[in-house]
Amino acid sequence: MTVSTAERQTEPQTTSTDLREIASDVVRRAMQGGATAAEAVAMDGSEFSTVVRLGEVETLKESGSKGIGVRVFFGKRAASTYSSDLTPAGIKQMVDSALRLAKVTSEDPFAGIPEPSQLGKLEGDLDLYHEDVYSLSTADRIDYARRAEKAAIDADPRITNSEGGSFDAAIGYKVLANSHGFVGDYQRSYCSVSAVPIAQIEGAAMQRDYWYSVANTLTKLQSPEEVGQIAAKRTLRRLGARKVKTAKVPIVFEHTIAGALVGHIFEAVNGDSVYRGASFLTDKLNEKIAGDNIEVIDDGTMPGGFGTSPFDSEGVPSRKTVVIEKGVLKSYLLNTYTAKKLNLQTTGNASRGLAGTPGIGPGNFFLKPGAKSAEEIIADIKDGLFVTEFLGFGVNLVTGDFSRGASGLWIQNGELTFPVEEITVAGNLKDMFFNISEIGNDLEFRSSIASPTLRIDGMTVAGE
Amino acid sequence: MDKKFFFERYGLAQADIERYLAAALSAGGDFADLYFEYQTSTSVSLDESMVKSATQGISVGCGVRVLSGERTGYAYTDDLSPERILHAARTAAMIARGPAKQPVVGLTDKPAHNLYPVPLPSVKADVLAKVDLVQRADKAARQYDPRIHEVRVSYADELRTILVIGSDGSFAEDSQPLARMSVFCIAKSQAAGSARGSAGGGGRVALDYFQNDASPEHFAKEAARQAIIQLDARDAPAGEMEVVLGPGWPGILLHEAIGHGLEADFNRKKTSAFSGMLGRRVASDKCTVVDNGTMPGRRGSLNVDDEGNPTENTVLIEKGILKGYLSDKLSSRLMGIPNTGNGRRESYQHIPMPRMTNTYMLAGQDSPEDIIRSVKYGVYAVNFGGGQVDITNGKFVFSASEAYLIEDGKVTSPLKNATLIGNGPDVLTRVSMVGSDLQLDEGIGTCGKDGQSVPVGVGIPTLKVDRLTVGGTGG
Repeated sequence: MTVSTAERQTEPQTTSTDLREIASDVVRRAMQGGATAAEAVAMDGSEFSTVVRLGEVETLKESGSKGIGVRVFFGKRAASTYSSDLTPAGIKQMVDSALRLAKVTSEDPFAGIPEPSQLGKLEGDLDLYHEDVYSLSTADRIDYARRAEKAAIDADPRITNSEGGSFDAAIGYKVLANSHGFVGDYQRSYCSVSAVPIAQIEGAAMQRDYWYSVANTLTKLQSPEEVGQIAAKRTLRRLGARKVKTAKVPIVFEHTIAGALVGHIFEAVNGDSVYRGASFLTDKLNEKIAGDNIEVIDDGTMPGGFGTSPFDSEGVPSRKTVVIEKGVLKSYLLNTYTAKKLNLQTTGNASRGLAGTPGIGPGNFFLKPGAKSAEEIIADIKDGLFVTEFLGFGVNLVTGDFSRGASGLWIQNGELTFPVEEITVAGNLKDMFFNISEIGNDLEFRSSIASPTLRIDGMTVAGE
Repeated sequence: MDKKFFFERYGLAQADIERYLAAALSAGGDFADLYFEYQTSTSVSLDESMVKSATQGISVGCGVRVLSGERTGYAYTDDLSPERILHAARTAAMIARGPAKQPVVGLTDKPAHNLYPVPLPSVKADVLAKVDLVQRADKAARQYDPRIHEVRVSYADELRTILVIGSDGSFAEDSQPLARMSVFCIAKSQAAGSARGSAGGGGRVALDYFQNDASPEHFAKEAARQAIIQLDARDAPAGEMEVVLGPGWPGILLHEAIGHGLEADFNRKKTSAFSGMLGRRVASDKCTVVDNGTMPGRRGSLNVDDEGNPTENTVLIEKGILKGYLSDKLSSRLMGIPNTGNGRRESYQHIPMPRMTNTYMLAGQDSPEDIIRSVKYGVYAVNFGGGQVDITNGKFVFSASEAYLIEDGKVTSPLKNATLIGNGPDVLTRVSMVGSDLQLDEGIGTCGKDGQSVPVGVGIPTLKVDRLTVGGTGG
């Protein structure tokens, strides 16, 4: 397929200086309208994606969009509005609606934006943006997707079908302005390549698995061939999967999904859940909540990280927070509001889109790696389960109860033997973090939350 | 909202549409369409008995799609000026190669349903009335029991006006209201610790729906009741056993285990565990399953889908035999099957694909009491959190937020978060009893597929599944 590369040079309609000006103007208008404080967020993003299936382009998508949101305060009352209409009339309507809405909400003694002294930005290059994600021609992008799929299909004759190979690229620009005079902006880039092969043999169900590589620059992306080959291997090893008998055995969680368990720690230290008593870690600060071997860190300052930013969604500089040290809960993750509710200080974890009030988002949130490889951890186990995928969402953060569908491989005498599916793994998060008996050395960030391979004892595998 | 919304508000004219579609087909292709969307939304949320936030928003855009064989080109713009739409059309056109084609722009308006005749869309109603709803729910939940410790209530509504114009002369405009209330409670007691409960509902309805049919007090009591019951819950058992599903929202089992596997895109690509099974037995003869987008006022209902086709009542499984798939324009054309009007998309930024509307099983003959009585040892699952399915191997999972043990035909202890896991193609073959008490959920479901969320409905009568794996920790 040939396409003109000139065609995709989308001339930006609004430049970044425009958006900075628009965001500042929105704050000004809100203050002129009688607000006692105001905060505006504007975003401008572009996305490209293509899927190649069985060698043919299946979808090609390319576009951009922008929008603005404002939060206004009348004393202790707040409201917010957003719009994708950035014309003067659209912006006026948005600000007027916010000013009107703020009169119907309740007085909340803790409402407000950060103090001027709390505002700021990290200096220096955080390595968030690389132009190269958008440098490829459309034909080359399609070729990335095609090569990833081809490598998967060529890997083995049992790969009989495919949901395709894909290549995605995106860039995003964000501005934050508030009535203390803060104006900050940053740009972020993203690209990814993936393959989703399907394998089949006589007398067994089809199986599908995938692999992807994601980075903020093309130079850090795995080659499409490598992605396709890993995807094929992961898919093939699922063929002939079966159920196992219900049992209590050691479980090893592959690093690709162990991040989901660490993600539950993030959700449980999220200030919003904590002050509401909706987390099993409410009132546990400075208490032992995990084994001595557990260190969990949130670091919004790591150059190039998926969770890195110069400032959070309220204009507070990003920082590094030790969340769990030697198994002791040292800090929650907080924004301005939840910090005030808990009588603590914000940790610079405010997160928001265009609409609504800020929530809590992770920086780069991870469990510190150990010394052993996944193979060494598996080698110690006589009978156990190696989990490579979760299915479903059976987690209750209020109680810590955990029960999720899973698939993976059975461990026998220190080796991976046969594939397993249609089972659940269950326990309680309160116990599980005390029962992490091994921590792998394979920490790898593929999103803002990551974990090395983990072995957890004492959980139930439910099957036949 | 009146017909011709985009023509009046944005000065759109017939000549513009012809120009946009011609640009979309400038490199050939089989079909192109324009999808205009104007969406307004409001929400009010309450926490700690305070109305902490009120939000309002507007989103506008146009998506242009070009189909060429199995290929789809897509581009969108959030600016409805002619030059931006033309640019999007030319970008989407890049998927095709060949001589330009002439679109047919007949502006034929197919007769559509009128499933949500709402005189005043709730999005335009006084926000104070919405504040009143969340405050009433808060009060009712706290009055239910002194152990209710935390109550969160949210109310959200939207009005989505769409205009879909295809190069085949198709044309449809629809204005789709949607409203929902949700209540979340945490109960606490010295002895038992904490537990949660949640409830909610709504539909394509006006604000007065919450005054009459489904009051804030109703949802509040339901959420509080669940939280209080969960205080006494014990660990769920682990292993295979008989499972009885209560009526209504547990229909999410059909949605996950069966519905997704019958979406035509997966079957066209032969990536579904149900591929090639048309006409074959996939359920016991007591099971008849439909997807019905034509139910008045329901959350999953639509007058037209997001490709402009009227929705239908489609039989998926009849007395256990697989009868049909859920299709959109692309898959019906490529597979030579009827278009069932299930082409949906989250917004103008998304490519449409086959999606469910309201998916449910028809009522059977058994009394719910007899079904419970027939179980020696098993689980009675009444409410669910969410679920997920692997289309290819058919495995599905869903989490029960309210479930009980059944011992010797009697419902006994409440159980903590039990997870049910099974295999889509054979779970319905194990349905041995179907109740006479079909219910649909109260209007709370949102389905995610390929990163796109759309509102849906689900429903079942009380059902007995002879063997299903329960994933607890207990014996």
